Amino acid sequence: MKIAVTGLNATDNPGPGVPVIRSILDSEEFKGEIIGLIYDSLEPGIYMKDIADRCYLIPYPSSGLDALFNRIVQIHEKEKIDLIIPTLDSELFGFIKIKEKLEEIGIKTFLPTFEQLNYRAKDKLFDFCTLHGIKVPKNILINSMQDMYSIPQKFDYPVVVKGIFYDAYIANSFEEAMSAFNKMRGKWGYPIIVQEYVKGTEFNVVALGDGTGNTTGAVAMRKLYITDKGKGWAGITIDDPVLLDISHKLIKGLRWKSGMELEYMKSAESGEYYLLEINPRFPAWVYLAPAAGQNLPYALVQLAFNKEVPNFTKFKVGTIFVRSSWDLITDISKFEEIAVKGEFKL
Amino acid sequence: MKKYHIPEYIAISDTGFLFLPSTGETFTLNQIGKDIFKMLQAGESDENIYEKITSDYDVERGVIERDFSDFILQLKSYSLIKAI
Repeated sequence: MKIAVTGLNATDNPGPGVPVIRSILDSEEFKGEIIGLIYDSLEPGIYMKDIADRCYLIPYPSSGLDALFNRIVQIHEKEKIDLIIPTLDSELFGFIKIKEKLEEIGIKTFLPTFEQLNYRAKDKLFDFCTLHGIKVPKNILINSMQDMYSIPQKFDYPVVVKGIFYDAYIANSFEEAMSAFNKMRGKWGYPIIVQEYVKGTEFNVVALGDGTGNTTGAVAMRKLYITDKGKGWAGITIDDPVLLDISHKLIKGLRWKSGMELEYMKSAESGEYYLLEINPRFPAWVYLAPAAGQNLPYALVQLAFNKEVPNFTKFKVGTIFVRSSWDLITDISKFEEIAVKGEFKL
Repeated sequence: MKKYHIPEYIAISDTGFLFLPSTGETFTLNQIGKDIFKMLQAGESDENIYEKITSDYDVERGVIERDFSDFILQLKSYSLIKAI
């Protein structure tokens, strides 16, 4: 079996590709090879030993779906890929769009539908949660600079200014909000989301939905160390049935199919959980799940091949991950291989 | 005479390391903190704890009463204890 995985950018803003691969390789049942699909010749996962057997450059989503599909066909002719697991938010739309064409050439995926993807989008989440009785901070969508001037009437500061795909800034004044707005507009475009700031502690859940409304598994975590980019650099699994109940409810409501990360804030004032975001793919800390007893990435592989996967019912509370920074050494000839040929074997 | 309740899910190790599984928070207690916490877990009253501590440590009753009260407030603020 050959599984292709994207998101090998294990940087200070890490993609989930490397931990997804590590999880699959940890499964005793897995017999096969891993193909890395990369966007840049300096993605660290390329140079890690025992992660991807071979790596191939693919075009950025902005190059269009034909370019992406044609490149995958080229790689498929060589590799005979059985399954592709895209792990980045920005590429999901494209992969969902070409999912049927991939099936036709014998490549499986395990992805949500457009409808599911749209419901959890940052600009639609409020309505979805309100409908399902899940608390969510109030937000407004910004589609022009003019919209920014509506903030003072609707919210007290601080507010959270978020990009449609990534990034979030806490703004304590209108001036700070405008500065964040300009950064987001340049980087991610519209809409930009301005959200009520809920003071409290952040909790996260990594989960896998099988597409019928059933939760195959879910592991809850609290970040122990957060970088200046807001990324969890250490975290611990926790036991809170309330948090898991809300997560199950969401997956049921969405009939979610694929891995996901749910981000919550537990209000310091009321002790209630507010859903901040649903990320439509496994998070970069997903390796904590198999470490705690739920190999969710490998369960996704099994589901993709229509195998029966019993639901995970427990995980080990108190399991900790600590991320590290580690210099990988390689030779210029290896870099040349990927930069010139677009293919790489360590 | 007062007694306190420590939820069953709160575990303390022999080194005085406390773990709150519902939030992932951890705390470290010193020797006397650990002794008091274990007595609280065993359901001892504040009076019994004062007596035990004054007999085990070189400390006046007034000092331990004041420090014990501060310690209880701290434990309450982290939801580690409830008065019964």
